[in-house]
Amino acid sequence: MKIGDCAKRISAQDAVNMIQNGDRLLVGGFGICGTPFTLIDVIAESDHARELTIISNNLGETGKGLGKLLISKHIKKAIGSYFTTNRDAVKAWNKGELEIELIPQGTLAEAIRAGGAGIAGFYTKTGVGTKLAEGKEEREFDGETYLFIRGIRAKIALIKADKADTMGNLVYAKTARNFNPMMATAADLVIAEVDDIVEAGMLDPEQIVTPHVYVDYIVQNDRYEKMGGEYVERGKH
Amino acid sequence: MLSAANIDPSFIKNRIAKRVAKELHAGSVVNLGIGIPSLIPNFLDSKSQVYLQSENGLLGMGPTPPKEQIDMDLISASKQPVTLGIGSSVFSSADSFAMIRGGHIDIAVMGALQISEKGEIANWSVPGKDILGVGGAMDLVASAQKIIIAMTHATKDHVPKIIQRLTYPMSGIRTADVIVTDKAVFKIKNDSFILEEMAADSSLDEIKRLTDAHFTVSKNLQTMLID
Repeated sequence: MKIGDCAKRISAQDAVNMIQNGDRLLVGGFGICGTPFTLIDVIAESDHARELTIISNNLGETGKGLGKLLISKHIKKAIGSYFTTNRDAVKAWNKGELEIELIPQGTLAEAIRAGGAGIAGFYTKTGVGTKLAEGKEEREFDGETYLFIRGIRAKIALIKADKADTMGNLVYAKTARNFNPMMATAADLVIAEVDDIVEAGMLDPEQIVTPHVYVDYIVQNDRYEKMGGEYVERGKH
Repeated sequence: MLSAANIDPSFIKNRIAKRVAKELHAGSVVNLGIGIPSLIPNFLDSKSQVYLQSENGLLGMGPTPPKEQIDMDLISASKQPVTLGIGSSVFSSADSFAMIRGGHIDIAVMGALQISEKGEIANWSVPGKDILGVGGAMDLVASAQKIIIAMTHATKDHVPKIIQRLTYPMSGIRTADVIVTDKAVFKIKNDSFILEEMAADSSLDEIKRLTDAHFTVSKNLQTMLID
């Protein structure tokens, strides 16, 4: 691995320095599966990137992944589909310290896909007749009611892939793919945390999920390693 | 009468899961929700050829791995470690919900807090409690070809969950097709509830007492098949 040849590679600290107070971030992951742990930890240690709006399916787990940013009080608002399992999120919301916007999981995924694909919005049957439809435009197609949903974009996306090549092409690990490929397309600045960086040409073009055009910077995960199938902090086990 | 409800909650949940498993025909693509539906794979034999879809991005989900083979990059929508079955594939959340929203899931099995007598589903929030999670429930309710509800017939305090009108927030305008409880199997046709099967240890009186909704009894009422 010749990291010197990877022009997109920066340190986690340099990546986090690009985030400012009040920024709107897309963060990949489903629970803590497919989470950019290193980038999140560096945000938690930084004092300049507070009042963040985080768009992510969940806020990690209690004390893990994005859950750390709740403890370090970096999050002003969370937009996602499921926050009930993180008791810190429920507590912060009850105390009025955290705003929450709930979006059905498939609608969230498609809104981010649309945001990255130049689609302003789309119509879906999901949520029609429910509390989550309140205030949304409805329209009939072929005798059925649909809701209009705006595409979602953010200033910065923090995603996690298994491997990058030196150009920034990405491949993912199994279900750790989840929201990461759409998020890679839907932000002005895309930072991908990866476990490994390989030479350009080493990844099979048929296997590349995120082409390099979407990726601005690559950060090597140097804080976590997989032990017994789980990501654990190096030196803390 | 000593009802099953007084015996063992896992006995009841397994009974429901076992009965739902019989509804899953070979070759079908099935999404299983959290709770009781997640027990169903225990009652599918390896020849059943049911393809399990997990909305976090997996078709062809296999059983829980032994501890030494756990990989937390390979989890179910309930965030539990799983395995890749033969012919399985992994994909993004957008592709996964395109599969769901596009009507490519044959059967969704989900739990419910309440079902109305028209078959309307309430399974995502409780009034007066924080509404902080919806997950994929509304996407599945809106778009699965067939919806099977797997739930206990009544709450722990014997309050009916099948009721005339929902008092909990609805999950969508689409209604359920089949309701499987520990006491009975109902089918919903043209907005009406039909009792199709009754558990051997229940009775029509008990079902009426625990169901606060209008239903008709099928002319071919059967004993609930769980073996």
